[in-house]
Amino acid sequence: MDWRDGKRYLWPLGLLVPTLPFVAWLGVQLTGLSAFWWIGPFMVFVVFPVLDTISGADPDNPPDEVIAHLEQDRYYRWCTYLYLPIQYATLVFACWLWAYGGLGAVSKIGLAVTVGCVSGIAINTAHELGHKREKAERWLSKVALAQTGYGHFFIEHNRGHHVRVATREDPASSRLGESFWAFLPRSVYGSARSAWRLERIRLSRGGGTVWTIRNDVLNAWAMTVVLFGALLAVFGIGITPYLLLQAVFGFGLLEVVNYLEHYGLARQREATGRYERVRPAHSWNSNFVPSNVLLYHLQRHSDHHANPTRRYQSLRHMDDAPQLPSGYPGMILLAWATPLWRRVMDRRVLAHYGGDVTRANVR
Amino acid sequence: MSTYRCPVCEYEYDEAAGEPREGYPAGTPWAGLPEDFTCPDCGVREKPDFEPAS
Repeated sequence: MDWRDGKRYLWPLGLLVPTLPFVAWLGVQLTGLSAFWWIGPFMVFVVFPVLDTISGADPDNPPDEVIAHLEQDRYYRWCTYLYLPIQYATLVFACWLWAYGGLGAVSKIGLAVTVGCVSGIAINTAHELGHKREKAERWLSKVALAQTGYGHFFIEHNRGHHVRVATREDPASSRLGESFWAFLPRSVYGSARSAWRLERIRLSRGGGTVWTIRNDVLNAWAMTVVLFGALLAVFGIGITPYLLLQAVFGFGLLEVVNYLEHYGLARQREATGRYERVRPAHSWNSNFVPSNVLLYHLQRHSDHHANPTRRYQSLRHMDDAPQLPSGYPGMILLAWATPLWRRVMDRRVLAHYGGDVTRANVR
Repeated sequence: MSTYRCPVCEYEYDEAAGEPREGYPAGTPWAGLPEDFTCPDCGVREKPDFEPAS
């Protein structure tokens, strides 16, 4: 077989993300510039959009016949597993800095946003792990989510979002004309409520109650309570605002990514009343080397929805899926600026549906 | 006792084993599952999409 994974030795670069709080500290030590505390948002929202722009499209597409082999290569798994110990090592380091580092308020906020970039991208790592059949990987997924308090995500995402994607019933599919700021509370609240409901239904089938440690939403949230409780006990109550800020910024990143993945796209109802099956046309795709590596191919989103248990290294770009004009980092900036987003995206949704707005998922 | 396979991922529903985690004990026949039974692994195929595996 001739095909080689051109990004094989780039994937470990994703492990630099959770080191960012440490890199920030190092930068401040070496230069004396307190701007280094903001290195997380600078990398994600300045460096990556620029790199995506100059890199061009990602040409690598694993052919069908190598996928089984590629899935079995454990090297790729370690590139995701190792995110977790680094993520938590630098979280503890950041807590120490907030408590004893002698930082001013603005620097502490900058560090919290940098840590928030780590915890937000940790949700992407958790997303990769949570789709897998191995129990250990699902458990690691919950661990990665504990830092943002988003443990319910791996329930709601797999059993809720994937089932109802691109329909009005899905809280995590955004609608044409809906701003990110309107979508955010709808998705945060709707996803948590849906996760709880899924667990209640699952547990009630066996005649049980939702108030049990077997409830995966409850035991995942318990991890966050234990984690935050331990950090507050060790570093003091003073770190509370920064611990909360990193969590909110982290899950805010997940939600803005949710927002841009299915904006305005809709599955039509079939004669039976069932929604048509999920097709590549129901996800926005994006295909640039830097952000593909940063996000473990999450941007090859149509293939992910068609084959949710497929591992990241095997996901393929699909030319026939609707395409975003930039990588996710650049699109996040647009999503925050509602008028710009609508100017860029609304006409793309309409073009996708040949001008027929009734076929879109409309606010 | 029969087995039914999800056409998207490798998940198989074995009537003898059931799917206790989802609340379907061992011995639950395929006919005893609701129409909206969703593949517990991939989540994107439902009971009518499954194929007999044995």
